[in-house]
Amino acid sequence: MTTAASELATYNFAYLDEQTKRMIRRAILKAIAIPGYQVPFASREMPMPYGWGTGGVQVTAAILGPEDVLKVIDQGADDTTNAVSIRAFFQKVANVAVTTRTRAATIIQTRHRIPEEKLTTGQTLVYQVPIPEPLRFLEPRETETRKMHALEEYGLMHVKLYEDIARNGHIATTYAYPVKVEGRYVMDPSPTPKFDNPKMHMSEALQLFGAGREKRIYAVPPHTEVVSLDFEDHPFEVQSFDKPCGLCGAENVYLDEVVLDDRGGRMFVCSDTDHCEDRRAHGHCGTMLAYGKEAAR
Amino acid sequence: MPDAQIFSGAFAEPVFAAQSVFRTVMDCMARPGTIGTIAAAARPPQPLGAAAGAIALTLCDHDTPVWLTPQLSKSKLPGWLAFHAGAAVTVEKQDARFAFVEKGAVVPGFGLFAQGTQEYPDRSATLVVEIESFEGGRPLVLTGPGIRDEAVVAPQGLPETFVALAGANRAMFPRGVDLILVAGDRILCLPRTTVINNREA
Repeated sequence: MTTAASELATYNFAYLDEQTKRMIRRAILKAIAIPGYQVPFASREMPMPYGWGTGGVQVTAAILGPEDVLKVIDQGADDTTNAVSIRAFFQKVANVAVTTRTRAATIIQTRHRIPEEKLTTGQTLVYQVPIPEPLRFLEPRETETRKMHALEEYGLMHVKLYEDIARNGHIATTYAYPVKVEGRYVMDPSPTPKFDNPKMHMSEALQLFGAGREKRIYAVPPHTEVVSLDFEDHPFEVQSFDKPCGLCGAENVYLDEVVLDDRGGRMFVCSDTDHCEDRRAHGHCGTMLAYGKEAAR
Repeated sequence: MPDAQIFSGAFAEPVFAAQSVFRTVMDCMARPGTIGTIAAAARPPQPLGAAAGAIALTLCDHDTPVWLTPQLSKSKLPGWLAFHAGAAVTVEKQDARFAFVEKGAVVPGFGLFAQGTQEYPDRSATLVVEIESFEGGRPLVLTGPGIRDEAVVAPQGLPETFVALAGANRAMFPRGVDLILVAGDRILCLPRTTVINNREA
């Protein structure tokens, strides 16, 4: 601990001061007690701009301990800028163990994906949230949206989904797809693809949501009902993909499109990099990977 | 020497102790019915127990007025809370963000504390109640968010009317108070979402 202690000398453990942590911790406890309800909190300025996950970082900093193993993902990937920098941030200010393996992590901070691997008891998923209010684009006034939540008046949201159907013949919302938590609060699951919505339902893991600029924290406890809004004649459906992952051959996972050249070449690969690497390590092989191997020979 | 009770007894390592206590409370709040152990020791003035004292140091500060039972108010606890946490004691239950009830004391009606409003249900009190034990009492069946199927606990030392009190609190949802029960160094959380029933014989 001696080298670690000297590196930490200029910051409190996990960057935030203790009073800030207490304030965030109290907000987290109330958020858990009222699933899906957005608890206002005194969001602090963080050493990164709004939009880079300041809400998620504050939540992680408030719950993180020296025993934790942290994983950070950005659109499913461990190796993109946002994920790398937040991981490095917590290594520096908390000297915490980090991993890219979903299974090994106790806290997973995420930007816009839920890992493919089923989360387990004892894991906490921390979402970075840009706009926590699902009704915000329908009603700009906070006083009004708050009243709508208070009165459980969510007709407007169904009108929005209905207008989708009227215009496009189907519900065209593909990300930040609104959910109802435990039959009470309508909640924005953050801009995760709707593909991930079913994973929130009855999850084993605790899910915490932090919105730094908008100063809100909300939560979904484990084993809690999370239902995507829909209509009887237009039931909720997740995206499906024509082809499996080009690298690991996985089906029923969320895929990213990667443009390969300027002649229309493209491939679809797992958005969850850990899931893809793990499958390849276990011998699974997609069509593009086989091609790559042959080309290498 | 009387003042020693006030000026000593906080966490030896405040940052890590508060984190560890908070994680236990968070995990228990997220999984009602799960009994957690408060690992970090605090020594609050008698008659408040060590675990309840640790929770106070972890969550209370100058932003959170604290309500204490008459017995705790007469003890050295108000001074201890002020010195170590910066938290002020209030006699108005409505103003309190946290309330502490020592073992054996009368638990006030939950409705007397801040319930939050329909717009801001988070502005409600959290009650920390010490009880005798988590075993040997009348079995209670818990259901609700955080509980797969159901959980059964048998806390001993709760008021006779507890199930009715908790039922009325649940009926107010999303308003209502949240409970942290403490017995020895173990805790059990009952957020307002938990439905509590007597187990049928």
